[in-house]
Order: sequence, then C-alpha cells, then structure tokens
Amino acid sequence: MNRQLKRVGVVVLLLFGALFVNLNVISLLLADDLATHPANRRLIVREYAIERGPLIVGEEAIARSEETGGELRFLRSYSEGPRYAHLTGYYSVTLQRSGLEDALNADLTGRPTEVVAQNLGELIGARDRPGNAVQLTIDPAAQAAAERALGERIGAVVAIDPVTGAVLASYSNPTFDPNPLSSHDRQEITDTWLPLRDDPTQPLLDRTRQERYPPGSVFKLVVAAAALERGLQPDSSFPDELVYDVPQTTSDIGNYGGGLCADGDTISLADAMRVSCNTVFARLGVELGADALVEQAERFGFNRAIPYELDVVPSLIPDADDLDPPATAQSSIGQRDVAATPMQLAVVAASIANGGQLVRPHVVAAVLDPSGRRLRGPASAAWTGPGLNGAAIAPRTADQLRDMMLAVVDAGTGTRAQIDGVEVGGKTGTAEVPDGPPVTWFAGFADQRVAVAVVVPGAVDDETGGGVAAPIAREVMAAVLGAGS
Amino acid sequence: MTGAALTGTRNPRTTEAALLAFAVVITAAAGILLGWSQDPDIPPAAIVTGIALAVIAVVAHLTVRAAAPDADPTLLPIAFLLNGLGLVFVGRVDLATGSDLAATQTVWTAVSVGVACAVLLFVRRARDLARFPYTVGLAALVLLLLPLVPGLSAGVINGARLWIDVAGMRFQPGELTKLAMVVFLAAYLERNRALLSIATQRVGPLLMPAPRHLAPLLAAAGMALVVMAGLRDLGSALLLFGVFIAMLYVATGRLAYPALGAVAFGVGAYLAWLLFPHVQRRVAVWLDPWADISDAGYQIAQSLFAIGTGGLTGTGLGLGRPQDVPFSATDAIFVVIGEELGLLGMTAVLLLFLLLTFRGLKIAITARDEFATLLATGLTVTLALQTFVIVGGLTRLVPLTGVTLPFVSYGGSSLLSNYLLVALLLRISDESRGAALGRGLDQRRVPQAARS
Repeated sequence: MNRQLKRVGVVVLLLFGALFVNLNVISLLLADDLATHPANRRLIVREYAIERGPLIVGEEAIARSEETGGELRFLRSYSEGPRYAHLTGYYSVTLQRSGLEDALNADLTGRPTEVVAQNLGELIGARDRPGNAVQLTIDPAAQAAAERALGERIGAVVAIDPVTGAVLASYSNPTFDPNPLSSHDRQEITDTWLPLRDDPTQPLLDRTRQERYPPGSVFKLVVAAAALERGLQPDSSFPDELVYDVPQTTSDIGNYGGGLCADGDTISLADAMRVSCNTVFARLGVELGADALVEQAERFGFNRAIPYELDVVPSLIPDADDLDPPATAQSSIGQRDVAATPMQLAVVAASIANGGQLVRPHVVAAVLDPSGRRLRGPASAAWTGPGLNGAAIAPRTADQLRDMMLAVVDAGTGTRAQIDGVEVGGKTGTAEVPDGPPVTWFAGFADQRVAVAVVVPGAVDDETGGGVAAPIAREVMAAVLGAGS
Repeated sequence: MTGAALTGTRNPRTTEAALLAFAVVITAAAGILLGWSQDPDIPPAAIVTGIALAVIAVVAHLTVRAAAPDADPTLLPIAFLLNGLGLVFVGRVDLATGSDLAATQTVWTAVSVGVACAVLLFVRRARDLARFPYTVGLAALVLLLLPLVPGLSAGVINGARLWIDVAGMRFQPGELTKLAMVVFLAAYLERNRALLSIATQRVGPLLMPAPRHLAPLLAAAGMALVVMAGLRDLGSALLLFGVFIAMLYVATGRLAYPALGAVAFGVGAYLAWLLFPHVQRRVAVWLDPWADISDAGYQIAQSLFAIGTGGLTGTGLGLGRPQDVPFSATDAIFVVIGEELGLLGMTAVLLLFLLLTFRGLKIAITARDEFATLLATGLTVTLALQTFVIVGGLTRLVPLTGVTLPFVSYGGSSLLSNYLLVALLLRISDESRGAALGRGLDQRRVPQAARS
C-alpha cells in the first residue's frame, strides 16, 4: 500500500501547493486592490477615526467633526448646511466626498490620503492627531446676503475681492443640506440622496462653476475690451440702426425690445454699452473679426479651467475658424456658441476692476495646524499660465471699461445695482435660450472692494438682467461693503 | 525502516516535551502581545489561558509517556500549537465582538485532551477498534442524526441542523461521525480488500469488482453523504467523500476508484446544482463574489478584504477587524489570522498542517497492520482535506462550504474529534515504533478494561 500512500502524499502536496499559490496571489498581488476596495469597511473606519479639521468662515466652523462614541469615531456636522453646501460639499460613507471636503481632504485629515490607506503604523502613531483647520475667504455677511437675495429663485452668485482674488461669496440655489448626506446611517443617506439626484431643479449642481450659461450682453465687455485694445475709444461712433444687416445671412440682429439705441443717427461705444446696444456690438464683433474676439475671451480665461480649489468647467468660445460672420455677430452679443460660468464672469468683472490684471479666484485663506500655526496662505492673486501673461487687458483699457460700466449702473440698464456713496459699475445681460426662458445676468463691481457675477436663468415674462440680477448683485456687494466699514 | 533508525539517540518523549513547551510559550507570548495591543497593562486573560494550556500539555505529555511511550513526538506539539493559536485568535475575536468564547474553548481544550488521554489509556491496540465495524458504522449514522431528535436538537443554526444541546453545552455530533466513518471504512476495507481489488465486472473502460462486495460500502458512505447533504452540511459531505475515495484507493491500489469517484462527484455536484437553489447560490458566489457583495458574496468578499489588508506581514495582533468577517471565530478564523499575521502567519499555519499530514502518512506507511495503515490514512486525509476545504473556500479557490479549521476554529466537538484523531495516530505510531524496538504489545501490561 506504500505506493498508494505516496501518491496520496503527492495529491496532498498539490492541494496545499494550490493553497499557497492562491494565498500569495491574494496577499501580494491583489492586496492593494482589496485593501482599498470601496466596500472594505476598514478604510472607512480608519478614515473616520481621524478628527478632520474644521472649515472656518469668519469666526465660525461651518464644517466640523464631532465625536460619536461609535465605531465611526467622528461625524461631520455643518452648522449652516444649506448656505455653504456647494462649498463644503458632503463627507459621506457611501457617496465618498464632494466639494472642499474632497478638494482639501489632504489638509483636513492632516496627511495625504494614500498614507491613511496604506500605512497603519503611521496611522496609529498619529491616531489622535486632528487634521488641519482651513480658514476660508468667504464673507459670512455676503454669503448670507446671496442666499437671502436669491430667495426662491434658481440661480447663482459669485463675489470676488478684485485685488486679492479671494472669493467672498459663492452661493447656488437650490441647495441641499449636507448633514444627512454625511450621516453614518446608510439608509438616511440614501433616503436623502435619491430625491436630490432626481430633483429636476438639480440642487446638487453648483451653478457657480459646474454649469455654463449663454452670457448674453455681459459678453459685450469682452467685445469692448477687444475693440479698446485695438485702438478704438469709448467715444468711437457707430451707426445707430434698428437692425444690423449681418453678412452672409438673412437672420439679422435687432435691439432688445426692437427699437433704436439712441437718436437714430450715431452712437458712441460707451453709450452703446450703457444701453446694451445689440446692433452696435454685433457690427463691432464682425468688424473686429473672430480672431480678435476669441483671443480677448481667452485672455480673460475662456476655454481654460480656472485654477480654483474646486473644479470649474471651462467657459467656451469656439475656434475663430468656426466663427463665420453670422456666428461672430451672435457671439458678440453673448448668444449662440458662447457660454460662461458665473465664476468666469466674476473673474472678468474683477479683472476689469483690478486694472486689467487677470484675477485668480481662491477660497482658502489659510491652512492652520491644530496648534494654530499657519501652514499655508492663500493662492497667488494673479492667474498666469501658458498663453496667459497675467494681464487680461491693458490698464488703460481697464480704466475705460470701468468708466463705461460705471455709466451702465449710473444711467443705463444696471441702475438697480446702485449703492449710495459707492462707485458701482456693471453690465447686465439677458440671453435668449432656444426652447426655454431667458437667462438674466449682472456682472460688476463696487469700488475696488468687490466684483460680482449673478446669474438667474429661468426669468419669466419680460424680466431682464437689469431687473432681476442687478438687485441681487447690489445686496451682495452692499453686504461686503457693510461688513468692511 | 530499521530499529536503529527509529531509536536514534534521543527519547522521542524528550523531544515532545521540548516542542510542547515551545508551543505553550508561543501561545502565551501571542496572548500577551494581543493583550498589549489593547491595553499596556499585563493582560490577565492571556496568563490564565497560558497556565491552563501548560497544565493541559503536562497532563497530555505524561499520559503519552505512560500509555504510548514510543509514539511520534511531533503530533501533540503541532496540535497544541494550532490549538494555542486558535485560543489566541478566538480571544482576539472576543475582544472585537464582546463575546466570551476563549474561556469556553479553553474548557473544551481540557475536556478534549482529557478524553483523548482516556482513549490512549484504554485503547491499547488500534486493532481493537476493528472488531465491530458495523456497530461503529451505525454509531456514525446515529451521531449524524442526533440533531434531528426533538429535545436534543439545538435547532437550525446558520441554515443547518447540526447541533445538539447537552448539559448546556452545544455540540456537533457530526464531527465524531467523520472519525467513526473512518474507523468503519478501515475495518471494512481491511476485511474485503482482496475482494475489492479483483476486478470482474467491466464498467465502460474500467474493470470493477462484483457489486455485492462494493454494496455495503456504497450503502454506508451513500447514507452518510445523503444525510449530510440533507442537513446542508456540504463541507462534511465533501470531506467524507474524499476520505472514502482515498481509503478505497489505498486499500485496493486500483485507480478506477478515484476515477469513478471523480465522475460520481461531477455528476453528483451537477445534480445538486440543478436541484438545490442553495448550491446554485454557492457556486454563483464562488464564480463572482463581487456581483452581490453586500449579500450572497459578503462572506467571501470580507474574507478577501481581511487577507488583502493583512498583506505580507499582517496588521499585527489585535490591529485587524475580525468584526467585519462573518463566522470569524469558527469557520473563518484562518482569515482573522491572515489579516493580523499576514501571508507569513498563514503560511506558518498551513505548514503546520502539512507537517501533521506528512507525519500522519508516514505513520500510515510504517503501521503494523493493514487496518492501522488504513485507519491512519483515513484520519490523516480527513485532517488534510478539511484544512484544504476551509482554507480553499475562504480564499475562493473552491466554493465555500462551512467546516472548521482543525484545532484552530472555535468549537468543542471539532476540537474533541481532532484530539481523538491525534490520539489514534499516536496509538498507531506507538505500536509500530514499539514493535520495531522489540517492545511490542506482548511485552506490555494491558489494562483489563481495554481487553473487554
């Protein structure tokens, strides 16, 4: 029977050999994937064992970690949940992270994420060390004003300090409460999230940066900038006509409401801006040419991702080659293929207010370690990069545009943005949307203290940017100025 | 094998004592490390367990010294080391889940070793077990059916009716069925070996013995298989089937048996898959555990997560998450070891089983008579195959069926049957070595009880 027994021994060796090979594959080759698999609860337990640093606005921690005493040691809580939801995002066991919770995760946990997952020894050594606090640039009064001023309307507001690029307000409506989404109760998360996901008004969408709208007449700022950069003057005169006869098409361009812009003879560039004269800007765009328009738009940051802490979808203008005269004419009044985020138009307004320097927005004022030591300050105020030399327009052009925008608010379409005793400038916009209600805009500034962009899509009846968006911008700018005085 | 080679220069009991001490020290050290991982003070539980294990080891060693002085010196230390690791990791699970299994398991260790010692003392000749094969075979089936007896049954646990409650202790009599079946098969095969080796019938390309010689065997094994399958103890059924085929092959030397066995297994498995939804679920989960990770695939996914998190060296004792692993103290304890001791720890444990298996096969080869050889073969293959079925199942090498990891998993009946298994191997090895040394049974005083 010895021969048989030896064969049994061989079979046992083969079986155990298979076990050894299989264990090696799992423990060595597949180990990383298994250790970091989303359904591997160890990751979450380790992650939630860290006391994340707070997000601070003014003096208040708008997002902070609270000890639970449960298996997941810390619960994220948001004191003004809906007001800051699109900035903070949520911190969820099933939905991962979003917003600044995601973008600043390494700062908030106090170490890079990869280390948390892979190096347990390090984790235990640092188990009780809380993460870093992040002070935001948001002005709580301005943020509250944005929330209040938008009220029930769908829309978004961005306010930027034009000198530093600090974002003072960033609010999108409708919004959501990140608290239930950051719950440790999976059912509560699901019950909250599903209705949000399916809501046609898209509360989870941050309209300040994740959605593009046709900029309408606000884009005339870019057209005017291109013209002034090429030697035209605010008093350069143009024919004042009922209809601009666009080359190569029968679909011509008229003015808002269908009338003349001035006396029917000629009109200056500045006046055309003040009353938002479509015929003049369509003609000006076509005469400048698509190349000039596209170049100027790109110098303001179009077709690029804005280097902001949160992802911003690029605002768009087509290639010059794709812009024939009819398309150029439409684009010059911010229609057709031109589309912009509120963040981008706030950058345009801020750059004009800042003497032409292209402003880089940022929302992090400082990263502070648990002892309060400053680890990192704000990002640079200037937006530079390949093809961007830091100046969107020459200082002289910026001055001229500034004056033109002051006139818009002083005695043009934007009068409802006026604030007593403050130099407020701006530009209104009311963009047509095929098969939908118009999109109303206001982009402007108050002194050199604040630049703002407001979008309210879904305007009803004959509402305009001047009527809807300008008063909202006014509230937010007044809040910034009020807080500073 | 000559007497000189077997005697060597050292008394095997001295070797055994040293190895046992080593096993107890490792267990105690691991227990203390585990306690330290939770609390920097010296953990009292580990010390109590360590002392208890040391006392049990001394008793076992003295018993073997008296009752089986020439027995293989490695079996008991390996069993104790595995048992000790099991106690540490059952204690580890206790820490994670708030259960109190380690204390019970320590008591079971004492009981199991005590019963095994009694068997060594009273069963002085392995042959005595071969006297009443059918009685033993019947006992195997009765044990299997005990959980169906009202009043004894502990009810359906984890989808199977395998447990009885006796005097407040939960017991799985089916564990002993495996041993009883092995004894029955060894006895039957020894008697009918010649007849089963002569092929007179042609089945397809294979020559088979006359059905009347095979019938009692097939009936007994078939009944056990059907009952186990009916009780949804697929792991045990698979195990028994494998042991049956291996013993049949060793007894007869005919490759036709494993070949037919493989075919029968294939057909049986296919039929089971066709007929039983729970078998279909098992197979589906085996093929793709990730498809239903929160339900059917949960156990296997959690096992793989734990092992993957452990990586090469493990998280360290006490630093894993056994609470995430279903059945962490029983079927899946190997995974808990994998997470905290890593690939190195799992390899060490498997090598212990491999060592035990090869000592067992060596005992089978050197056994004095055919019954002893077949018995040692069956016992050893039981141990090896059970290890393969559970470790392979937890790591998705084969479909997962719930059996214990011998000596390591929590469970009194499993521990008892495995110590009995080791006692029988000790007895067989003692006989063959003693005979080789000229110290055969005839020279020994046999207690009266063992003769009756």
